Amino acid sequence: MAKDVAVIGVGQTYFVRGYEGSIRELAFEAFREAMQDANLTAKDVDASVFCSAPEYDKQRSPAGVLAEYLGLVPQPTFYVETVCSSSTVGVKLGYSMIKAGLHDIVVVLGFQKMSEITSAESQERMGRGGDIQWEAPFGTMMPAYYALYAQAYLAKNGLTLDDLRDVRVKAATYGQINERAVYRKGVKPEDFDPGNPDAKMAGPVASPLRVGDCCANADGASCIILANAEKARAFSKKPVWILGIGAASEVVNMASRPDFSKGIQVAKAAANQAYKMAGVGPKDINVAEVHDCFTIAEIMAYEGLGFAPEGDGKQLIREKATYKEGKIPVNVDGGLLSKGHPIGATGGSQIRTIVLQLRDEAGPMQVKDPQIGLNHNIGGVGLYGNVTIFGRD
Amino acid sequence: MGFDKFGRKSFTSFTKTGKFVDLLAEGKVEGTVCKQCGAKYFPPRADCAACLSKEMDWFELPKKGTLETFTTAMYAPFGFEADAPYTMAVVDFGAGVKAFARLAKDFSDPKIGMDVTVRPLKYDDGQVSFEIAKA
Repeated sequence: MAKDVAVIGVGQTYFVRGYEGSIRELAFEAFREAMQDANLTAKDVDASVFCSAPEYDKQRSPAGVLAEYLGLVPQPTFYVETVCSSSTVGVKLGYSMIKAGLHDIVVVLGFQKMSEITSAESQERMGRGGDIQWEAPFGTMMPAYYALYAQAYLAKNGLTLDDLRDVRVKAATYGQINERAVYRKGVKPEDFDPGNPDAKMAGPVASPLRVGDCCANADGASCIILANAEKARAFSKKPVWILGIGAASEVVNMASRPDFSKGIQVAKAAANQAYKMAGVGPKDINVAEVHDCFTIAEIMAYEGLGFAPEGDGKQLIREKATYKEGKIPVNVDGGLLSKGHPIGATGGSQIRTIVLQLRDEAGPMQVKDPQIGLNHNIGGVGLYGNVTIFGRD
Repeated sequence: MGFDKFGRKSFTSFTKTGKFVDLLAEGKVEGTVCKQCGAKYFPPRADCAACLSKEMDWFELPKKGTLETFTTAMYAPFGFEADAPYTMAVVDFGAGVKAFARLAKDFSDPKIGMDVTVRPLKYDDGQVSFEIAKA
């Protein structure tokens, strides 16, 4: 288990609707926290990587503008994009640059200000994360894409709408105690009852998915600071090491996808690579962050990561095994469902949660004495799969 | 006919597979097949990823497939609002050929596994597309 590259600083803004500031000010909030966490000044940083999904901002090529505002000029900087997994890929690139010996300390900054456009415009842009030539002309959007998986998966595997509801109830349990989450309210089973006129989660969005099955758009930024072993030892009392990285891609067009009832395939390939590199298996993971952009995605992630056998992810939510006290706690920070999903900031936010857990600094969300944590971050409709495994000293 | 005629609203003006919309106007829903290695593509491609050839023929989709999955969108993205609700689905024709499209407006009570077909569709504003109907 190589300990060559560590996370030495983490930062995240509050995830909010309608951030009252520009993207550079949003980015600075996460940056400031991560720099103070790592006890660094700008001159200690050798390079920066900026990550978001384009088309939300008016600013073209944001890396230069943000690097200037963060005081990271004249160090090298660039921009990376894989939609919802942009900042996990940014961390992978930072890892690679450090491992190659190009740089000692790299800042990875994920950001998204989704509220600059309307929700309908946002849906259209997200839908265009699919195939714009052959699918967008039908009026596609993200909930509908994931609903195609959900419909086939439910029909085959005995997963019920109540199971999906319970994933959301779990997310809200932790969103309530995460002060950085955009959705701080609790969710009760009756909130999904279609017979209840006050049921805020029951409204259909894209069958079988309901309002409560979908994550919350948000504005936010995250910052992860990576260092080589020498600098990590010099600057950090509690370095968290990157032990394994896996990544894979899938064909974009739904017409070219394999069996929908088997779920998103791309996570399995990424997980296998990451487990192999880290020399661990699913049973060794003590805490996990998974990409629950929709409730169905969390169930599919249980299986893709090997926490449950194929088709049997429902057992984990039924047994409450993925609650904080369970055998494999998942998304105990509220996940994308309640914490919120500011596209480009999401991966870094997930990684921050894992790092805080492994440092025993997760406050009311703290899992008991975790040694190894895992992050699962998907871009697009299972288009880009990223799994990263972290360990403490 | 330009590719901006494809679908409810096209985001692509030019493609080497632009003949697809002419074929739709003629009443045919066709994919491409590689002349060199026989790989079949739907939606159509101008280039074969299997053998790198650019020599492609057109082939008509089979008449009958099965409904693999579907979803009814109650909300539509920007530019499609007038159509909602509408149902989108994937048809499996076997041998690795599938299609993604909307169900026909009069398609009632979709069920996974049922026999379906695809057929061309002309909108009132002159756009052309294809849709899924019961076989």
